[in-house]
Amino acid sequence: MTTLLGVPIAVFMGQLTLGLVNGAFYALLSLGLAVIFGLLKIVNFAHGAQYMLGAFAALLSMRYFGTNYWAALVLVPLVIGGLGMLLERFLLRRIAHLDHLYGLLLTFGLALIFEGTLVNFFGVSGARYATPEALQGGLNLGFMFLPTYRAWVLVAALGMCLFTWFMIERTRLGAYLRAGTENAALMQAFGVNVPLLVTLTYGFGVGLAAFAGVLAAPLYPVSPTMGSSLLIVVFAVVVIGGMGSILGAIVTGLAMGVIEGLTKVYYPEAANTVIFLVMILVLLLRPAGLFGKEA
Amino acid sequence: MNLHKKPLTVAVALVSLAVMASAQAEISDGEVRIGYLADMSGTYRDLGGPGGLAALEMAVADFGGSVNGAPIVVFSADDRNSADVGANTVREWIDQRNVDLVAGLVASSVVIAATRVLEENGGLGIVSGAAASSITNEHCTPNHIHWVYDTYPLANGTAKAIVEQGGDSWFLLTADYAFGHALEADVTKVVEENGGEIVGSVRHPFPTSDFSSYILQAQGSGASIVGLANAGADTVNAITAASQFGLTQSGQQLAGLLVFLNDVHAMGLDDTQGLLLTTGWYWDMDEASREWAQRYFDEVGRMPTMVQAGIYSSTMHYLQAVEAADTDDPATVRATMAEAPIEDFFARNGRIREDGRMVHDMYLAQVKTPEASTGEWDLYEILSTIPAEEAYRPLTESQCKLVNR
Repeated sequence: MTTLLGVPIAVFMGQLTLGLVNGAFYALLSLGLAVIFGLLKIVNFAHGAQYMLGAFAALLSMRYFGTNYWAALVLVPLVIGGLGMLLERFLLRRIAHLDHLYGLLLTFGLALIFEGTLVNFFGVSGARYATPEALQGGLNLGFMFLPTYRAWVLVAALGMCLFTWFMIERTRLGAYLRAGTENAALMQAFGVNVPLLVTLTYGFGVGLAAFAGVLAAPLYPVSPTMGSSLLIVVFAVVVIGGMGSILGAIVTGLAMGVIEGLTKVYYPEAANTVIFLVMILVLLLRPAGLFGKEA
Repeated sequence: MNLHKKPLTVAVALVSLAVMASAQAEISDGEVRIGYLADMSGTYRDLGGPGGLAALEMAVADFGGSVNGAPIVVFSADDRNSADVGANTVREWIDQRNVDLVAGLVASSVVIAATRVLEENGGLGIVSGAAASSITNEHCTPNHIHWVYDTYPLANGTAKAIVEQGGDSWFLLTADYAFGHALEADVTKVVEENGGEIVGSVRHPFPTSDFSSYILQAQGSGASIVGLANAGADTVNAITAASQFGLTQSGQQLAGLLVFLNDVHAMGLDDTQGLLLTTGWYWDMDEASREWAQRYFDEVGRMPTMVQAGIYSSTMHYLQAVEAADTDDPATVRATMAEAPIEDFFARNGRIREDGRMVHDMYLAQVKTPEASTGEWDLYEILSTIPAEEAYRPLTESQCKLVNR
């Protein structure tokens, strides 16, 4: 059998594919964080909890209203995004003029409240969300058996990333947003409702997290703590990519998924730490991140 | 009441208090004080946690709320799976709250730290949740008893049965910390002694949410059995990934080495059917266990895990010993507990050995198929009983300082 660095080529390709799937996931989550930080300068520590709420909303709406997966994929991000807008309007806006640290503490506190409340009612064992029928089974890629659902996650997450990038970098609405964050007073003078833009942007970022949550529901047991373990990794991805850089979040997310995937083959013990090693290296060599602009 | 005007009333009250106190001279501060220490909010919450506290309170209520006239007081704390928090809580309970018994005790790391504090201060603890067999081996103390199960019978039960059924080539997924390493060592020993072979293994970080990569490696190994030397959420995640990647369809079999009822309930039978596991107790074992479990269910709304049942059983045995000895002095109570055999809805052929291990019959079980299951909690079929004296590490192999060899 042909080998690559001591590992059969088929195994290597398999791990590469899985790494890409996980990477697309990291990209989607870090993208939401990057949008919120880049445009609002809020360090959104509730992002993991909002991702978890997305998965829970999918689970509970299926259980109590019979909402199917495809409907949940559209409705849940809207509902959780709406919840995010309420948070922005009534809580975050009040501390917008203060140091970043206050936003960080507020969102972290909210995350703990969301998680604690759900632990109280649902415990921590997690519940299964059935894979939608159309996406059951798997594809034989020759070198591996890839569950259809994971292939779909790769496509859906990347599609959403590209859509977001296009919206912000290539449309008029995106241009308003970027201008509003550069100079809010001037934009306001031109008749643009900047506070509304800010609320919508936060809602959109939260909606992205909820979308990722619905995508994750059939993959992992849905449990109140599913977001907190992921959040730290996703923050590392954002730091590596450059805080607030949209493209940086997408590219770094994919790259980190692949690096982590390969670590799982060559030295599994380090799989949880390798991303942080990369983060340290990047901070030493390029403190603003790979795609960040030096302040 | 104006005390200056009623000297006689005061005198009578004082004398009667003194008489009451002398009647309870042997029970310290006139109360039996039980502290429940467990993970109440993290990974291990559902196997012990608030449900374990409910079992403990059931035992206290069934006992009548007092021992020889001394009321039983229960309080609890969340150790958050941190050895520091656990040890400090126990120290505070001893110094400031006169705790007589520390119950619960779930994560192995917390238990080893907490029992050390109990030993330094002459306290008493009953360990119901922890897995590491070292708790009554190199870490044994005269101040604690280990009740429900440990890693030795887990390997001895599940791994042995599987090798005997022909599953002789193993691939192990091991949680990369003390508990996983201990279980891996025990399993390796049992598999090799019975003529099997470990063809590969991966040590994954604790905790891990995405197991797809490790499952792919297990599929590539060609082993007939994929053993999970991990627990809780890691086991759940590994089994979920195995199901998604069609591990069992491709002819391999999963072996869960530490699986709790709440894990199987959470995953559902579609993903877990056929899984072999070793358990210390199951709610649907016989009439006595069913009856108790139903009472628990009515109270809590979930069927109890073996840990929660063990907390009730051990608390009852402790209270009976306090009553019989008419004291809550830790050394006397522990000696009294060890004298009495344990036969209740939980334990069969149970006895407490000098190393603090409560040995009792263990059970090899298999997770039912969805077709065979008749209800939400009808999850296991008990295949065979592992007799108490065979299940646990023999004292001849013990490194415990309390064992005279």
